[in-house]
Formats: sequence, C-alpha cells, structure tokens
Amino acid sequence: MREQILALLERNSKLAPEEIAVLLGSSSEIIESEIKKMEKENVICGYNTLIDWEKTGVDKVTALIEVRVTPQRGQGFDNIAERIYNYPEVQSVYLISGGYDLLVILEGKTLMEVAHFVSSKLSTLETVISTATHFILKKYKDDGIIFAKKKKDERILIEP
Amino acid sequence: MRYPIGEKAGALKPSGIRKFFDIVAEMDDVVSLGVGEPDFDTPWSVRDEGIYTLEKGRTFYTSNAGLRELREEISRFVKKRQNLRYDPLSEILVTVGGSEAIDLCFRAMLNPGDEVLIPEPSYVSYTPCCILADGKPVPIALKAEDEFRLTAKELEDACSDRTRILVLPFPNNPTGAVMRREDLEAVAKVCIEKDIFVLSDEIYSELTYTGQNHVSIAEIPGMWERTIVINGFSKAFAMTGWRLGYCMGPKEIISQMTKIHQFAIMCAPTNSQYAAITALRDCFGEVEKMREAYNQRRRFLMHSFREMGLPCFEPFGAFYVFPCIKEFGMSSEEFATRLLKEEKVAVVPGDAFGESGAGFIRISYAYSLENLKEAMARISRFLGRLRN
Repeated sequence: MREQILALLERNSKLAPEEIAVLLGSSSEIIESEIKKMEKENVICGYNTLIDWEKTGVDKVTALIEVRVTPQRGQGFDNIAERIYNYPEVQSVYLISGGYDLLVILEGKTLMEVAHFVSSKLSTLETVISTATHFILKKYKDDGIIFAKKKKDERILIEP
Repeated sequence: MRYPIGEKAGALKPSGIRKFFDIVAEMDDVVSLGVGEPDFDTPWSVRDEGIYTLEKGRTFYTSNAGLRELREEISRFVKKRQNLRYDPLSEILVTVGGSEAIDLCFRAMLNPGDEVLIPEPSYVSYTPCCILADGKPVPIALKAEDEFRLTAKELEDACSDRTRILVLPFPNNPTGAVMRREDLEAVAKVCIEKDIFVLSDEIYSELTYTGQNHVSIAEIPGMWERTIVINGFSKAFAMTGWRLGYCMGPKEIISQMTKIHQFAIMCAPTNSQYAAITALRDCFGEVEKMREAYNQRRRFLMHSFREMGLPCFEPFGAFYVFPCIKEFGMSSEEFATRLLKEEKVAVVPGDAFGESGAGFIRISYAYSLENLKEAMARISRFLGRLRN
C-alpha cells in the first residue's frame, strides 16, 4: 500500500487523500494516516513542483560539478558532503562511484555567480582536490517528466 | 453500368455506430470516452526495435505463419501466463491483428448453414465475419444480472444440432466482464457434451483486475483440443497500429487457417513481427504499469457512478465500463446523442454491440485521469438535468 501511495504522489503530489483512496480502492482515513506516518518518518521529505524555468523568462543556470575529495579518517565523505550541502544554492549532493567522488548540482542566476561559488567556496575547502563544472544548456526531461510539448490525442474519437 | 456487388457483402449492415460517429466527427472540443484502444504509447523499446529493423533493411516477407522466433516467444509467453502449451511450429499462426484471426477461424471451419453462437453484447466483427463465411450467427443475449457472463444454461438453450462454434469474447468489449474458472468449467461441460468448438477471443487477457491471471478456456480439461485461442499485441502492449495478432489451436485447424492466410495476406507485417519479439521479451514491466493505471481509472469511474447513482456492475476486465441508462427512458443512441450535443462527451451506445446492449452505454477508460475527471463532471451535470 505504501509503495502504491508513494508511486502516485511521486507523479502528482497534488492528489488529495480522498482521491488516492478512490484510485487504490482504500479509505481516505487509512491513506491519510499512512501519509502522515511517512511524513513523520521522513520517507516523504517534501512536496515539490516541477517547473520548466526556461519557459518563464526567469534567469537561472544549473551546473553539475564533479568534485574529487580526500576522504577523512573516521568520517568518510559525510563530513565534507555536509559542508557542501549546507549552502542554500546547492540543490543536490550525491556520493558517486567512479572517476570522482561527489556530484554537486548547483543553481545560480548567472554563469558568473556559479563560477564564483566554485572558485571561492567549493575549491577552497581543504579536502577538495579538484572540481570540474558542467553547465546545463537545456533540460529535455527531469524527474521522469518530458519537458517538450504535450502530446495531442491522435486517436479517432469513436471506435468499436 | 451495373456495379457487381455480392449478395453477402451487400446485405451486411454497416457498423451500428457509424451514424453516431458522423455526428461526433463534426464537433469540436469533444471529450471522448469512445475509443477501443490504449491511450499509452507503444513502449519505447518496442518502437526502437521497429526503427532498428527498418534501418537494417528487414523489409521482406516472413514465412506465412510468422517469424519462427516470434512464434517461439508467443509459445513461451502463453505458457507462462495461462499455462497453455502450443507448438510454435504447427500450432501458432501470426495474423494481422486479432481481427484477421477471427475471419480466418470462421472461413476455415464453417460450412453453409452451420450455426455460430455469439454472446452479446460483444465486439462488432463476429457476426459479419460469420455471415461472410456462410455461417448462421445465433446471438445469445447476456444479462446484466449475470454481470454479462455466459452461463451454461444460456449456452445449452441456444444449441441446436447445427451448432458448430461458440464465440467466447472474454474479457469482454464492451462490458468489461470476465469469466471465472468456475464459469468456464460449466460452459466447457456443455461444449464437450454437444461437441462444440470454441473461438476464444482473449485479446484483453492481460487487462484483468481481479488480482489473478486471466483464465483461458483452453486450460480447462478437454477444451484445448476444441479451442482456437485468439490474442494479439494491440491491447496488452498498446500496439494497435502495428496490426499484429496471433491464434493458437490444434494443428488440424491452424493449418487450414494458414492456407487462407497465405493466399489472402501472405504474412503479417515484418517490421511489427520483429518489434513484437521485443515486446514479449522486455516489456512485461510496462504492461504491469499500464494495467495498474487502468485499474485506478476503473476504480475512479465506479466511484463516480456510485456518487451519481448510475447503476453499473463492477467489471474486472478490458478497459470499459457499461453503465445502465434505462431509468431515463431513452434509447442508448438518443442518450449518447444528447450527451454529445449538450455536454460534448462522446460515449458509445450499448446496442452497437448487439440488441442486448440496449439501455446501456460503453465508456472507455483508456484516457488520462484528468480527462476522465472532466468527463465525469459533465456526465454528472447531464444526469442532474435529466432527473429534474
């Protein structure tokens, strides 16, 4: 049941408990209490809206930054990750296997702003060995949602 | 000049919803609940395989019965899903949609005057195909109080000594009805007793919502040898436009069907056949997701009907619901036409699927939830006006 609720909310966080109850053949009380529990347990960490900022005319740049760091004794990567994720302009921080250690996703108003953050804040952390910054030029799909035009229903209207 | 028109073709009645369709076609902004095909796109891996085989230039005929690799995959698939065993080399024929298989079946098995039992309401092509093959269609009117299942009693009453074939269209279009194992066992008993062959159209077999797999009548002891199972890719894998189906049965019948198929069609589209192999191998997860989405929409519609006070038995198959509109004292067509004109919602009059569908409408839930919500709001408004 939890998994089904989450699958629905993951796609549409606007769904009310009553609606979810109808879709899953349950009662709204059960759904509501289950959601409350999951919020408490931090299984549900928040409710976001997916926005294609490009269409709004608001200036925004997003960068993916590969960060190589020296892990610290007894702390691994957690300590350095925390020092990075506490900056509000940092959207996401992932520990990555492969050629580098941390993937940092950063949002800023301009290229300069992002570049400034990398050079003055990120690179200067003593455990950071190197960074490589990639700017996102266009978002085609995010969080499983395709940003292109909505498709029209091309089926004929009535079929036997 | 006189156009040569064959008597049988000339006498065929055009589809019952043709007139209604013409009205729909002229209107804009219609919220349609009238389609009989999935709203999902064909899974991308299947489309990708289609593109790949075109790039590779695999554009030649296949063997008449279809690619051997595809028939082997079909054989594995039905073994896994319905525990049915068919030899890919002699007991499976790949056709141009399930529709071709229906046509072949009648043409391969019927002699003039042979009777074919056709439970109704059901899909519109059984009767005309039967007539074209010189058979005599005998409708069996299914009842709402039986949740539109076929009962052994109804079958027995419809039998005569000319009865040759029973069409078994479950999960059913337009009612959404499914036959449970015990229902099939009862029907099977009569079929064996009366020596009737079965054409089991199981095109919606992957779309059932009982929590259990669809049961094929060919699974019932004594029935494999007297059943042709028809299935296809259209509904389960959202592949309607690829035109690909298949039929399975004893080689004595399949070989007759293959002969006709060979002369009339040659082979099913090569491109679609390759793509279908990928569908069977890789797309089970996607089918599962589509099934879950349909099931949620089905629950939403049943909930909406309850709120509107519109009587409707709960169907567990296909993607249709079949509510009863008898309380309004209109014909199904009148109801559908007014709903269309007043609220711009298109549904299909139930009697388009046989006389016993009169007083019902077919609503398809192969639409997004958003779409269904809007349509239900409009129908609710419409019913409110009718009741006042």
